Amino acid sequence: MNPNQLLGKRGTADAHPMEDFLRMDRMPHIWCSTCGLGTCLTAFIAAAQESAIPREDIVVVSGIGCTGRAAGYLKYDSFHTTHGRAIPYATGLKVANPRLKVCIISGDGDLVSIGGNHLIHAARRNMDLTVICVNNFNYAMTGGQAAPTTPQTAIATTTPYGAFERPFNIPFLVDSCGATYVARWTALHVRQLTIAIKEALLHRGFSFIEVISPCPTVYARRNRLGTGLDLMKFYHDHSITKNFASTRECDIKFQQDIVVGKFVQREEPTYLDAMDAQMKKTLGAKFVPYVGPMDPNSERTKSDART
Amino acid sequence: MKYWRKPLDSDRKKAPHGNVHVIFERCKGCGFCIAYCPRQVLEVSTEYNRKGYHPPVVAHPEKCVNCRLCEALCPEFAIWNTLDEVPSVE
Repeated sequence: MNPNQLLGKRGTADAHPMEDFLRMDRMPHIWCSTCGLGTCLTAFIAAAQESAIPREDIVVVSGIGCTGRAAGYLKYDSFHTTHGRAIPYATGLKVANPRLKVCIISGDGDLVSIGGNHLIHAARRNMDLTVICVNNFNYAMTGGQAAPTTPQTAIATTTPYGAFERPFNIPFLVDSCGATYVARWTALHVRQLTIAIKEALLHRGFSFIEVISPCPTVYARRNRLGTGLDLMKFYHDHSITKNFASTRECDIKFQQDIVVGKFVQREEPTYLDAMDAQMKKTLGAKFVPYVGPMDPNSERTKSDART
Repeated sequence: MKYWRKPLDSDRKKAPHGNVHVIFERCKGCGFCIAYCPRQVLEVSTEYNRKGYHPPVVAHPEKCVNCRLCEALCPEFAIWNTLDEVPSVE
């Protein structure tokens, strides 16, 4: 594998190669020094280029939080939605225009906590979405409150004596709900993460990637874990790659080994496939499948001024 | 580049050589590129930038093999590589 093929466009001497894919008027971004979110964004842009999906077909949806800023920084069609509701917005986009590749980049607090209900139902329906969940183990933007992903004994603003709630094992959650692509990598595994995002973009069905990312300002500082660079070194030493490991055994314990890898990849009919099949069975020839406004032969496209 | 033995295809293959570009004022000094450069090309600068961070400086430009790991790891889009057309001959 040539690593040069995994970073998309090559740079020139005067400009960073990813400047074309970023809203440079919003730079520098708000993410702290040594935060891993910028690295995730780099991996996403590289994967989107590598997947060869046309840029106008990619939509990025984000919720609220540090990671929720991602949609605002990417120069794709993007939505910054209400808290926890990134998946409902994305579902609507996908159903209205099935040709779009809808990606959700959001944090653990947004997707798993307040949006947990939407996450499990999108996974259950096998909606054709790509979800990139950046897990930094707390609610970083609001000051480091304990999240449903905070490992036991970790200190957060709302758990000054150590968290005692049992945290979510997110790959197990989405796998058991029916997700057809599940992977977990850390912000340090940029090449693997780029490959995973590319595979997820090209995968038909609900794809979920959990990215473990350092939070230097709140999580690492309160737990005295050093800077984000120290956490990156921790991921380097304590990540165990186990592809197709049982997601049940992928719990994250406080400062212990993290199982990473691609856990699930299977083919199952998506929500729209299942709907078309059932309608066809019931209605027969009367049923005309909806192909969306971007189909060149449909009447809708001809009346749509954008195309 | 130092090898523990001479590679069998060394007469045909040459390690590529890259140029490292750093935007001094955009960097937030996280040090990922310096810590993870496989060839130790970068070092922490002694100067501060406008934000008060120490960006990396290209201390050993001749060592870069254009692996682009610094570019992939940089959260600030402040460092990138370009392939030098002339391969390093060693």
